[in-house]
Amino acid sequence: MGEFKINKTFAEINKKIKDGSVVVLTAEEMIGATKELGPVEAARKVDVVTTGTFGIMCSSGAFLNFGHAKPRIKANRVYLNGVEAYAGLAAVDCYLGAAQTREDDPLNKVFPGRFRYGGGHVIEDLVAGKEVKLEAFAYGTDCYPNRQHEADMALKDFPDAWLLNPRNGYQNYNCAVNLSKKTIYTYMGILRPDCTNANYSTSGQLSPLLNDPFYRTIGLGTRIFLGGGVGYVIGNGTQHNPNVKRSENGVVMGGAGTIAVKGDLKNMSPKYLRGASLAGYGCSLNVGIGVPIPILNEEMAIFTSVSDEDIHAPIVDYGFDYPEGGGSPLGYVTYAQLKTGEITFDGRKITTAPLSSYAIALEIANSLKDWITTGRFFLGEPQEILPTVSY
Amino acid sequence: MASKNVLLIFKSNIMYKPVIYRLARDFDLIFNILEAKILPRREGRILLELRGSEDLIEKGIKFLKQNEVLVELLSDKVWREEDKCVHCGACTGLCPTGALTITQPEMRVSFDVEKCVACGMCGLVCPFGAMKDVTLFDPFAEGRSDSK
Repeated sequence: MGEFKINKTFAEINKKIKDGSVVVLTAEEMIGATKELGPVEAARKVDVVTTGTFGIMCSSGAFLNFGHAKPRIKANRVYLNGVEAYAGLAAVDCYLGAAQTREDDPLNKVFPGRFRYGGGHVIEDLVAGKEVKLEAFAYGTDCYPNRQHEADMALKDFPDAWLLNPRNGYQNYNCAVNLSKKTIYTYMGILRPDCTNANYSTSGQLSPLLNDPFYRTIGLGTRIFLGGGVGYVIGNGTQHNPNVKRSENGVVMGGAGTIAVKGDLKNMSPKYLRGASLAGYGCSLNVGIGVPIPILNEEMAIFTSVSDEDIHAPIVDYGFDYPEGGGSPLGYVTYAQLKTGEITFDGRKITTAPLSSYAIALEIANSLKDWITTGRFFLGEPQEILPTVSY
Repeated sequence: MASKNVLLIFKSNIMYKPVIYRLARDFDLIFNILEAKILPRREGRILLELRGSEDLIEKGIKFLKQNEVLVELLSDKVWREEDKCVHCGACTGLCPTGALTITQPEMRVSFDVEKCVACGMCGLVCPFGAMKDVTLFDPFAEGRSDSK
């Protein structure tokens, strides 16, 4: 660590949080601070930079223990408001996936399907305090004789309810276009034919992993804002890939790092966990995540001052290339360009739209800033950082 | 010059009567047909943009009503459920008239109902069901205005 002029530890920063002297900025504010003070002074003054993102994250779900029934049941099929939860675990444990559709959903039989209610919506309803209908079925055993159990359950009635998401917070993502001749309905929204519009989905300069591009401070044990409550990073997410092409500033030029997260659903809010319906695609969940990034040295100050001008998203064709298993970039575009609502591609101006809410991402970064400044939230030092590459 | 988007519903008893041309002749209004659908002998629905002086638009609408045309202001029918909108912006790339746009630098979605032509795209694309009654040409919508 001798190479840096500023060297701080998690413990030192936590001490400052405790005594109220900690200085916290959002990732948006850090851009100006580093520009004004230079990285060394910025690192001396600023202790934590808060990030935020609020987007559709399909690889999410809730681990629920619904409590023992009388007589006891070892459920092998479980439904919540008609949405199936995976029950191949112990007696009354199940996992409700955000993308699970209702049993009676017409899916894409009449195209595009509307997918109005699914796992993500059940999670939102639970967090909002609404009762959901639990139906459990079993084959019956000597110790668990019950074959059918039904109950109206609110979140408080579940002995345990966790949000447990295997892949969230993609470090960067594609900018989707459609080069085919027909309108397509994708997880990147509705894309008109002949490359008429382009959709993107990260919070750019506010996005957690874009502010710590080599995951120097993030890993198992990092305490985070999750769904309006407190949660933890529990390791890298599935498909985590640090080996993606990077620009000179170390920022990845496509989907790369991901995080797996866990938190107690009972301290979360429906404002930051919202069931989503994507026409023609399916159900999902919008998840609000904010990761605090400790400014351990001047390099972290540089990383966290990344701005939309410095972050490139690959333009990918979802008409032919992506569905066929490709996904090679047709070009790159910065988030600053994307945010203007228009990009020039192939000599033509095309409309751009975000799918991830920057406004709510900023709210999250500000909430987290408030929690830390007022001594309600301490940094969790990772026990193991995410797999990474060298700068 | 003012502009209003109105939905005109012609029930079967008047649907073959020429009425709209008189908006131009008698009220000096510019009308622009945004969308129209005629279900023969049952009902006709026209989405019109009316442009002219505010006073004459009002008189024109009154004239239509006197001729038994059901007139609804689009701005009264189409709305956004504010609590459901998360300001993601997914709708803004598809809105054909710029009624839904992202404000800078706040990056919040603003909805200018006066520009809306009820094409229905936002209702289809919004993941949270925040845009309400954004299609007026649902074939099953017949009679909806009566039951109001």
